[in-house]
Amino acid sequence: MAKMNLLQAINNALDIAMAKNDKVYSFGEDTGSFGGVFRATSGLTEKYGRHRNFNTPLVEQGILGFANGLASQGSYAIAEIQFGDYIFPAFDQIVNESAKFRYRSGNEFNVGGLTIRTPYGGGIAGGHYHSQSPEAYFAHTPGLKIVMPRNPYMAKGLLLSAIFDPNPVLFMEPKRLYRASTGEVPEEEYTLELGKADVVREGKDLTIVAWGAQVEMAEKAAEKAAEDGIDCEVIDLVSLLPWDIDTVAESVMKTGRLVVTQEAPLTNGFASEVAATIQDKCFLYLESPIARVCGLDTPYPLSHEKEYFVDHLKVYEAIKASMTY
Amino acid sequence: MAQDKQHQLEIVTQPNFLDGSALQIPMLQILKEDGTVHKDAKVPDIDKDLALKMFDTMQFIRILDERMIAAQRQGRISFYLSSLGEEAASIGSAAALDDGDMIMGQYREQGALAYRGFTVEQFMNQLFSNERDLGKGRQMPVHYGCAELNFMTIASPLATQIPQATGYAFGQKMDKSGKCTICYFGEGAASEGDFHAALNMAAVYKVPAIFFCRNNGYAISTPSQGEQYAGDGIAPRGVAYGMKTIRVDGNDIFAVYQATQLARKLAVEENEPVLIEGMSYRMAGHSTSDDPTGYRTRDEEDAWRAKDPLARFQTYLIKKKWLTEKEAEENFAEKKAAVLAALKDAEKIPVPHIDELINDVYDTPTKQLKEQLEELKAHIRKYPEAYPKTASRLDGGDK
Repeated sequence: MAKMNLLQAINNALDIAMAKNDKVYSFGEDTGSFGGVFRATSGLTEKYGRHRNFNTPLVEQGILGFANGLASQGSYAIAEIQFGDYIFPAFDQIVNESAKFRYRSGNEFNVGGLTIRTPYGGGIAGGHYHSQSPEAYFAHTPGLKIVMPRNPYMAKGLLLSAIFDPNPVLFMEPKRLYRASTGEVPEEEYTLELGKADVVREGKDLTIVAWGAQVEMAEKAAEKAAEDGIDCEVIDLVSLLPWDIDTVAESVMKTGRLVVTQEAPLTNGFASEVAATIQDKCFLYLESPIARVCGLDTPYPLSHEKEYFVDHLKVYEAIKASMTY
Repeated sequence: MAQDKQHQLEIVTQPNFLDGSALQIPMLQILKEDGTVHKDAKVPDIDKDLALKMFDTMQFIRILDERMIAAQRQGRISFYLSSLGEEAASIGSAAALDDGDMIMGQYREQGALAYRGFTVEQFMNQLFSNERDLGKGRQMPVHYGCAELNFMTIASPLATQIPQATGYAFGQKMDKSGKCTICYFGEGAASEGDFHAALNMAAVYKVPAIFFCRNNGYAISTPSQGEQYAGDGIAPRGVAYGMKTIRVDGNDIFAVYQATQLARKLAVEENEPVLIEGMSYRMAGHSTSDDPTGYRTRDEEDAWRAKDPLARFQTYLIKKKWLTEKEAEENFAEKKAAVLAALKDAEKIPVPHIDELINDVYDTPTKQLKEQLEELKAHIRKYPEAYPKTASRLDGGDK
């Protein structure tokens, strides 16, 4: 075991994947010898050469088009999009190409070797264009897998799974936690199952569902609620597509109450999908309405970031409202 | 090419704007419109067998396109895209490649696929979306694909295959495969961002890719000149991206063949990507959904009919005594009968089993997908008359 931050865990996973298989390639804007704007790919060019880890021209649609082609050729293509906010020029390549490659060809071809890495989320004074959480756009697309880790241990194991998973995976990294989140991480290779939620805190009174960086807010809110004698269960969804309905439904059948929290705006976010599914599966078990604690339906603000941010206090208030409904 | 080493440029003291006139890109032509060879041109080294294979494929595609447009008008298939008038571009280029080279097409390259050996039955199975279609009946007609023949499945979104070709060719280079990728697209698709991304990245990474632009004059109804672009077509863009570039007469199968053969050598031996602009004309509508009389004149079409690539090649072959008029006619009739027979067979074959609806979304269907399929089957069982193609055979799909 070694103490790593989230960036180091990701760098370590990339290193292991590239050492393991010669056909693993890592690329993106400034990701070559510079190591990426967050340094996630640092050291990889020195170790594996400039043909294995390299810079791309500044063109996201080209990065994903290139990555799809490389993956369809049988390589493992790990494409970094510098910020999730800049993924949209590549939307067509992801939604119409990566996601449909296997299906539309009748399994003649696939891009299973594709992994898209991108930092997402707020809390870093990034304003509109360095703070968004765009997962819901992609979660509406059959054929993609979407994974959002919450800490270094999860990030390494999930990224290694994502790289070698036979399906295209969108791997969204919580940039607020890149350096803030540290923990013990095994130095050797290990994988964590995609599509499986993780119960990070057991409880009997109320279930909180979150993913990525927002799990931290859910845990803090649960601690605060515990001081009031409220025993919360916290579930990290880990994967949004496919998502682990059973684990959430089992928990809600036990607790009877659900709070779903996300950084992204409220309307049409993934929290809505969780709420709709759980009311369908657990209708007769519910003691109170399912609450969604989310960002406002505004572009991500700058000077009002603190107010906008879905912090533990907002989650805590939702817990209390649910308990006293 | 690539003179700007961190702006180490020649200094001038007077302003001088460039207008492109310094770069005049001519068009390679070997076979004249009348089927004779230019005096100073060299016919590529093509033996009789190869020449006749190219001719046969052109003839087959001409028949297939004509028959399937008719079949669409009769309501037997939903949609069709013809390559009428552009057969030399796809077939001449495919003939210059190795069978192991990857072909990534747009949707008007049925000629290249036929040249690789896709059978008339395989064409029909795709066109009728039946259970023998390699694509499992999931895409509209003409979206062919075949891994065995190294022909990437066609997708409707325009130009997406161009950066993919760059990526595929990068993998071929890294594998030291000795193979290349050819990527076809139209001059309209070359306006898409993906085109620019692809060519720039291919030139930067020096990948073994051949970008073949079929400049056929129209993007649905939009004419290329003045409405699709204001410059000198597509070829100058290759030069601007630092790529070897050539413009050829796309209706001259020898010019297409020779350019592609040389491009392949550059790609595979020197990792030089190449842009080829083949000048041609889309004799048919864009698809069966539009009528060209609404946006162009009969005179314009007639002028291009005189440049027909098939007639031109046939004239050459007859003069060369590799083919007689009679043989050409007999071959035509024989292929037409085969197309008609395959069409009749394919339309009788049922659609894929309903279980195929959820396969290949992922490598294996998710739990949610299986549940959704079971719900759907229960619904079909309740209203079988509403779903006649699948209701009678809901069970036993998993083989």
